[in-house]
Amino acid sequence: MKDERQESDARQTGTEPALTPLGTPQEPPIRAREGDIIHTSPELAVGEADVRSAEHGAELVAGTSLWKDAWRRLLKNKLAVFGLAVTIFIILASIVGPLIIRKTTGFTYDFIPPDVNLERSFAPFTSPDGAFSWAHPMGTDDSGRDVLARVLDGGRISLMVGLVSTIVSLIIGISYGAVSGYFGGRLDDLMMRVVDVLYSLPYIMIVIVLLSFFKGASAPVFLTKIVSYFGGGQDVVQLVLLFMALGAVSWLTMARIVRGQVMSLKNQEFVLAAKATGVSQRRIIFRHLVPNTLGPVIVYATLTVPSVMLTEAFLSFLGLGVQPPHASWGSLASEGIKNIAIFPWQLIFPGVTMALALFSLNFLGDGLRDALDPQMRKV
Amino acid sequence: MLRFIIRRLIVIVPMVLIVVTLTWGLIRLAPGNFYTGEKRIPKAIEKNIREKYGLNRPWYVQYGKMMGSVLRGDFGMSLTYPGQSVNQILWSTLPVSATLGLLAYILALAVGVTTGTIAALKQNSKWDYASMAFAMLGISIPNFVLGPLLVLLFSLTLFWLPPALWGGGSPANLILPVLTLSAIYMAFIARLTRSGMLEVLRSDYVRTARAKGLSEVQVVFRHVLRGGIMPVVSFSGPALAFLIAGTVVVERVFALPGLGNYFINANFARDEPLIIGIVAFISIAVLIFNLLVDIGYAYIDPRIRY
Repeated sequence: MKDERQESDARQTGTEPALTPLGTPQEPPIRAREGDIIHTSPELAVGEADVRSAEHGAELVAGTSLWKDAWRRLLKNKLAVFGLAVTIFIILASIVGPLIIRKTTGFTYDFIPPDVNLERSFAPFTSPDGAFSWAHPMGTDDSGRDVLARVLDGGRISLMVGLVSTIVSLIIGISYGAVSGYFGGRLDDLMMRVVDVLYSLPYIMIVIVLLSFFKGASAPVFLTKIVSYFGGGQDVVQLVLLFMALGAVSWLTMARIVRGQVMSLKNQEFVLAAKATGVSQRRIIFRHLVPNTLGPVIVYATLTVPSVMLTEAFLSFLGLGVQPPHASWGSLASEGIKNIAIFPWQLIFPGVTMALALFSLNFLGDGLRDALDPQMRKV
Repeated sequence: MLRFIIRRLIVIVPMVLIVVTLTWGLIRLAPGNFYTGEKRIPKAIEKNIREKYGLNRPWYVQYGKMMGSVLRGDFGMSLTYPGQSVNQILWSTLPVSATLGLLAYILALAVGVTTGTIAALKQNSKWDYASMAFAMLGISIPNFVLGPLLVLLFSLTLFWLPPALWGGGSPANLILPVLTLSAIYMAFIARLTRSGMLEVLRSDYVRTARAKGLSEVQVVFRHVLRGGIMPVVSFSGPALAFLIAGTVVVERVFALPGLGNYFINANFARDEPLIIGIVAFISIAVLIFNLLVDIGYAYIDPRIRY
């Protein structure tokens, strides 16, 4: 709030003394005159460095923008379209699927209707008497629970873990990278050295220690308090801990990307203009610079989601990730491993679903990268 | 160069101490310890135990003692594995994990660089698409799913290979774990090699090499490969950190007596000396490996100076 006022103040006061021609020396503070248009929209900064007139700017915004262009390029990439379609399908299925199951059968992830007779494990498409049946297309697990229902429910948790942890890593990475890149100098050196150090550490071991020591009842007290304030139970505490742990280990590359972007942007004219009008540094960083880094950030975020989901699965496999009564694809697969010789479908269905989801997310991320930034074709 | 190496070697010490301190702090911040497990112990016995292991001393004394043990390189006795010192466990498990990791990485390098090179040289051909789709598959299948599936196929259906256990490191026992572990690195390395090669193939010095009449084989092996492989070299540093996570999974899937398996057990049992020992050991290994990667960098690319 305060910053905005400062900015408008600066615009008004800027009209009075600084009307000297720009060419004259010994006049360092360049101020905007009333009526001048200060370009800060993301469209202007990408590619078009030399946009000066308001008409030209308006035309650019209305014409083929960066995003429209990227969308067109994305649609040309068959694999990316496949990835997009499968991703949307999986997201919809895991949102709608459990709701349908709940409506039709009364099951929820932690509630089984009392009249249901849970029995041993059945193979896919088999009924208890051994005949063909559509009842369990993915078979059932040890205690007779439908694997399809569990996979759909697990999808919710897996996707949520992927999304929330990516957002955590985005918040940390963007703030860190933007501050480091904007201020430069010693602060930048120090902050990037910290990132280098963290890069070279076996952080996964520290995450394992963190999660195995703060599992279940021994979760940090302050976290339990905060979560229960919002009405969450012990299971939510565990999930929040997982988000934090996963987000905290995956922000490093994001910070580097944002820093690089900010460093290349901070000397451009629109930043100078913002500075000249007296915009505060915090506002320059977060309102003027960060929005311009969004292209690469979105690309990297789409690629972070599958990698975070993979890490979550790895932790769930070790018994440190998602805890019962919740299940994720990772924890379902790791349950299935125990019965691999007798009931292989308990591993195959969650495992293959997860692989398919990661596969399409990766293709989508790759396609987005090629579409948004053809220069960045790496890895 | 020598100064660079010495400086980096000196930096390793404080970095290991930071990691160890962080780990120790986490262990101590968590409520409970090794002795407050499922079994209830009488008060008198608990008091004796606390005295014996120095748990009744102030935290800084305990921290100092722990740090001393790390600096001496003697981590004391393990709590979960009676009669074994942490050092004994480290030296007996290291060969297992190191063999696994090294073989997996060599395999990944060999297969990954070859397929990546072929894909880049025949860009947009069906070879290119096939190998890149295959690489994406390798990145997308979690290794703890891939491992059991391989076991299901090769051990439980075809009966070709043993399903688990170390078996003294015999080749038959090694095939499946190494394959499982290396899949994702193969995929990464293939993709990195392809993109690196594509960039170099368009560069001016390759055009010069062609223009002066070198054969295509010479161009590829002497010029393109050298530049194109740089991303793979820089990936080797982070790869080791990944490899550790990978070995943890593979050792558990195949029940191998490696560092990762012991590390997980130590965490579940809250075996503080063993956790600290393994964390310190792996940190040193990772840091030294990163240093070697940086040195290797300078050898491959003569433009890099330290």
